[in-house]
Amino acid sequence: MAVSKEMTVLNKVGLHARPAAMFVKKAAPFKSKISIANLSKETQPANAKSLLSVLSIGVQKDDRIMVTCEGEDETQALDALAELVSSNFGEAL
Amino acid sequence: MKKITGIGVSAGIAYGPIYRYENQLVVVEHKTAADPQAELARLEASLATAKIELEAVLESAMQRVGAKEAEIFSAHALILEDPELLDRVAAAIQEKHLSAEEAWFEGTEHYANLLAGMGDEYLSARSADVRDVAQRVLRILTGRGQKSTDLEHPALVVAEDLTPSDTVTFDPAKVLAFCTAKGGPTSHVAILSKALGIPAITGIGSWIAELQDGLFAIVDGSAGVMVLSPDEKTRAEYQSLSASFQEKFNLALASAHQPAITLDGRRVEVVANVAAVSGASRALEFGAEGIGLLRTEFLFLDRETEPTEDEQAEDYRAVLEVFGKNPVVIRTLDIGGDKPARYLKMAAELNPFLGVRGTRLALAHPKVFQNQLRALLRAGLGHNLKIMCPMVGSLLEVRAIHAHVNQARLALEESGVEYAHDVEIGIMVEVPSAAVMADVLAPEVDFFSIGTNDLSQYTLAADRTNPDVSPLADALDPAVLRLISMVTRAAHAHGKWVGLCGELAGDPLAAPVLLGIGIDEFSMNPRAVPLVKQALRRFSTDQARQIAEKVLQLPTVADVRQYLENFA
Repeated sequence: MAVSKEMTVLNKVGLHARPAAMFVKKAAPFKSKISIANLSKETQPANAKSLLSVLSIGVQKDDRIMVTCEGEDETQALDALAELVSSNFGEAL
Repeated sequence: MKKITGIGVSAGIAYGPIYRYENQLVVVEHKTAADPQAELARLEASLATAKIELEAVLESAMQRVGAKEAEIFSAHALILEDPELLDRVAAAIQEKHLSAEEAWFEGTEHYANLLAGMGDEYLSARSADVRDVAQRVLRILTGRGQKSTDLEHPALVVAEDLTPSDTVTFDPAKVLAFCTAKGGPTSHVAILSKALGIPAITGIGSWIAELQDGLFAIVDGSAGVMVLSPDEKTRAEYQSLSASFQEKFNLALASAHQPAITLDGRRVEVVANVAAVSGASRALEFGAEGIGLLRTEFLFLDRETEPTEDEQAEDYRAVLEVFGKNPVVIRTLDIGGDKPARYLKMAAELNPFLGVRGTRLALAHPKVFQNQLRALLRAGLGHNLKIMCPMVGSLLEVRAIHAHVNQARLALEESGVEYAHDVEIGIMVEVPSAAVMADVLAPEVDFFSIGTNDLSQYTLAADRTNPDVSPLADALDPAVLRLISMVTRAAHAHGKWVGLCGELAGDPLAAPVLLGIGIDEFSMNPRAVPLVKQALRRFSTDQARQIAEKVLQLPTVADVRQYLENFA
């Protein structure tokens, strides 16, 4: 049973550069399959553990994203990623 | 023995073995591989080696340029581990029987093209990162050895071209000299080597083919000459040249912290050109009495987003604090199409030196200009800050600058932020039109600073980055000297001071003529300060004026040089 959450990326550079790297590093250690889709651009879900895939869905500031986790640690994975996005990747807004 | 010529961009003499730093692209040829398992194993081993290399690069970048700039290499490491990329490459090896090289090339190119084609500048920049990582692995796969900036022994580093990330990873203590096939006096390697006091030559072009690894050579960074496999006699000549240069320098250094006072008691201000806080403290060591040109473009280039107002204010304050109450002239953003900033939408230009650069660019991006001006005015509080705008060609631009400065003041006033109220606003004179119209501009500025590098190349229509014509762009050309003299007279007639911040200011040969023309402030690369101070002390104002009068009547640059040698 997968869990999903919709969120908005507020970072000024979107999910590029440093924020993308942080997102991938956060997702990588979890056992669950994790995907991220850019709802604002209607992209296919991309592998959240792949930096190149995350970059290629082109998430810009204020884009809505959908993160889906499926596996034994899906809830922890989703919580961790949601917190990273809501804390704006540790940067001031 | 063979002599080759390029553009001398950083003075000094070095002798040693050549280290050919290869950063040429690896081209992959198609050939099917018989044993997919063997190819997979080769790929895996190469990826592991690449990871170790990147860790070392990351570490040295952290030490030399700081954590923020080093982050790019940690993104590189993530690309090496990217599961989607690795799956794609493995599938190509197993199913299409491609070699590890070809499969890796195809996989990385797929993503590089994808990112480049999304019409987003950040992502285009990431596609360059993907290709950079791809090349690292291909180099290892094809057995080209480590593209290492880790020199085992001191050497002359020779390369086709050097990027900023290349240059920062070399240990300056082991680089005897830099020589590049491309680039000119304004290239990154030129600026960096001058700051570090390392001799450098750029623009050696196709001569590079003769510069083999391990071959011994002499590099003369002042003359822009390289002598391959020199004989004993030549070596001895250069050795004594180098020793006498060093001796003269040490002598001058001993009195570098004394002011430059002419024989008749006139004090001339000798200050430094620097690009960062670290340069500011070095400038103090060499006896600079302030900063005549602080370049700010390094804050803006090689990054993804514009530096914030707070970030800038902090950086400017750090430099101002090094100099306490001494004058610090900070130049506003001076970039153009040759050094584009990713977050400024800049169109490709056929001729960037005649394009949207300097103040033209600032006026086209008012928000960026406002941010910088507010940051400067805030940082200037309690210090002796002067703001200088580059590449100004007309009175309309001078007035637009003042309107911007007023707007920035007003914004700070309204938000109740404290700022410096008495900051002088000046312009660089580097466009011939500004020099010709100096008498019209002078009443509306607080000072001029003459940028002789650009003024020479614009006046003499000679590209300083093109080795075939760069010798024509000589700032001692009487055409340039007459402009300098015109500008100085116009400024003084209106009670304004004139600085000179081009390379000419750092040339002891030019000291008497510039003194005689009436330049008030000499600003130069910090290492030139001791010798120029010493040169200025040898003349009286009257003698210098006579020399200048004579020089301004000479017909050619060769005559000027020959005449000035009499006083050197």
